[in-house]
Amino acid sequence: MYTYSDFDAEFVRNRNAQFRAQVNRRIDGSLTEDEFKPLRLMNGLYLQLHAYMLRVAIPYGTLSSRQMRQLAMIAEKWDKGYGHFTTRQNIQFNWPKLQDVPDILDALAEVEMHAIQTSGNTIRNVTADHFAGAASDEIADPRPVAELLRQWSTDHPEFQFLPRKFKIAVSGSENDRAVLRAHDLAVQIVEKDGQQGYRIFVGGGLGRTPMIGKVLRDFLSPEDLLPYVEATVSVWNLLGRRDNKYKSRIKITVHENGIDTVRDKVEARFAEIKPAFTGVDQEMLEGIKAQFALPAFRNASIEALEAYRAANPAFRAWTDTNLTDHQNDNYAIVSISLKSHGKTPGDASADQMRVMADLAERFGHDELRISHEQNVILPHVHKADLPEVYNTLRDAGLATANIGLISDIIACPGMDYCALATARSIPIAQQIATRFDELKLEHEIGALKIKISGCINACGHHHVGHIGILGLDRAGVENYQITLGGDATQVAALGQRTGPGFSADEIIPAIERIVYAYLDLRTDADETFLQAFNRVGMSPFKAALYPAQSKAA
Amino acid sequence: MPKPFQPSVVTANHLLDGDVIYQTAADEWSRNLSDAEVLTDEADAQIRLLHAQSQPAVTVGAYLAEVALSVEGPEPTHFREEFRKTGPSNYAHGKQVGAAPGPLEASEETI
Ligand code: HEM
Ligand code: SF4
Repeated sequence: MYTYSDFDAEFVRNRNAQFRAQVNRRIDGSLTEDEFKPLRLMNGLYLQLHAYMLRVAIPYGTLSSRQMRQLAMIAEKWDKGYGHFTTRQNIQFNWPKLQDVPDILDALAEVEMHAIQTSGNTIRNVTADHFAGAASDEIADPRPVAELLRQWSTDHPEFQFLPRKFKIAVSGSENDRAVLRAHDLAVQIVEKDGQQGYRIFVGGGLGRTPMIGKVLRDFLSPEDLLPYVEATVSVWNLLGRRDNKYKSRIKITVHENGIDTVRDKVEARFAEIKPAFTGVDQEMLEGIKAQFALPAFRNASIEALEAYRAANPAFRAWTDTNLTDHQNDNYAIVSISLKSHGKTPGDASADQMRVMADLAERFGHDELRISHEQNVILPHVHKADLPEVYNTLRDAGLATANIGLISDIIACPGMDYCALATARSIPIAQQIATRFDELKLEHEIGALKIKISGCINACGHHHVGHIGILGLDRAGVENYQITLGGDATQVAALGQRTGPGFSADEIIPAIERIVYAYLDLRTDADETFLQAFNRVGMSPFKAALYPAQSKAA
Repeated sequence: MPKPFQPSVVTANHLLDGDVIYQTAADEWSRNLSDAEVLTDEADAQIRLLHAQSQPAVTVGAYLAEVALSVEGPEPTHFREEFRKTGPSNYAHGKQVGAAPGPLEASEETI
């Protein structure tokens, strides 16, 4: 794992000291709220509906057990004993007090963490495939590139006052698990003629005007990465609209100017700045790569596993849904579901965080990942250890066997916490999970991703959910709009609206009707919801959703 | 035609803990909507709002929130204000459990 250099440590220490002084000046009255707000946002501190909220970056979703324990400590000491893991691989604390925040930031710095650039018009926390460095389908670990981009973008003087936020994601595999095409810029490690390089996407984004990212450059040589990304951000920095917040993201710049114009400008700017990149960044990248070396994998027999699986149906169900192939055949990638039926998606208690930290330390080469799907991953678990890992998770309420199923829902905080929300999202997720658990249909339904946002900002990725749910305020009443057919993978697609929305009471039955319609029309159990939707289109689902209208028509 | 002025209260978040607070007729700040001063005259409401905004050591983001009048006092007319008054629906956190009754401590108010 990456360890802070002296420079990193010093930088974070200085920023924390500055922020402590700023908090004190706000409290003693020398700073007004208007002056203080941009300063607190630069340090990840929001003011939400009921309290402050601190957003802590988990760069490319990677955590050590020591860091996870520190998050548990913070949750207990300064919050209400839990934390909320988000789709941007961050953790949010929902109840910190203003005066405690400088101490929290110092506690984070002790374990090489911070909240810098988790807000504001800057380059945000760089996200990555949560199976990075472990997945069997990977060309290379994307995290060294993500770390290089993080170092380059942190406090980059040219990019502190961008037209709007800028989100970067990196993946090392053709199977996209990092939603590359929904990011302002994305880097995919690819191979061409035996050479590794990068495919660059630009202009993806969700929010009120969702767009699928386009290929800006199909193949980029490794040494050109930083100058090329810098050229892209700087072209947008000048071209991007500052007159209208809703048109300021790079997706709109690309949409309004056309990808070819943007590409020409980027190439021109790239040619201009490339000579200034003398290769230091490549030396740094080599140094970073060494820090992400694979752990020393253990050799042990996995023979007992099959017998254990056969004898323990609950364990078997969990291994069927929550494991992913590892690049080492004796190992597995374990997904720990933070979606226990009826619980808040993405929340973990301090005790649960410690259980996961202990497991990572004992059985997981000390690594944890946070996925954008709001689950926690143990990327390297020897298969011989799976029974013990499972039993420990089960005792902590962490062994729900539902990864990729209907109750593995992404939900943003919504009106329960978020000051921008137009409706709640958490209770809808809770009710859907509980309902389908009662119906005992979850496993029969199979792969199905529901994603819920509490307003058009789309933090819950509803546009790319197989079933997307968007909570709106219709004349003072919560109303939920449904989209179908969204896809967050390499064949990214935006969902299509079904029609009029549903009230909070009607939305769960509406989802049920969609699911029953799917079960009726699928060719067999192997045809997933998304495949079925892509085959038959919207009309059978519309008919199921709006029976009265379709009869009248 | 603009909508006629509706009964309103002055509300904000507290600077130190971010909690939802309401201005009272006695010119204190309370964590409970039931203690809030209900303003029925628009000009008066604007003056009370300015007064709240001039206390940056206590309030952040003061604004007027519409209320309905009931026997128990003012009630939110919009669900957003209902959540601010109560707390989140996924946990028994916030006001629904810990609301300190009555006005804020003087020390809290004046820090
Ligand atoms: C609770 C405080 C939050 C606030 C104030 C907030 C604010 C926003 C806003 C204003 C946008 C729209 C940006 C645009 O279109 O220009 C946005 C987008 C987004 N946010 Fe949040 N958000 C919050 C929480 C979260 C959480 C909890 C997550 C992760 C679960 C998240 C992840 C995202 C994502 C993935 C997008 C859409 C991607 C994009 O930027 O286009 N946000 N957020
Ligand atoms: S989608 Fe809207 S409600 Fe949900 S977290 Fe984002 S800004 Fe808040």
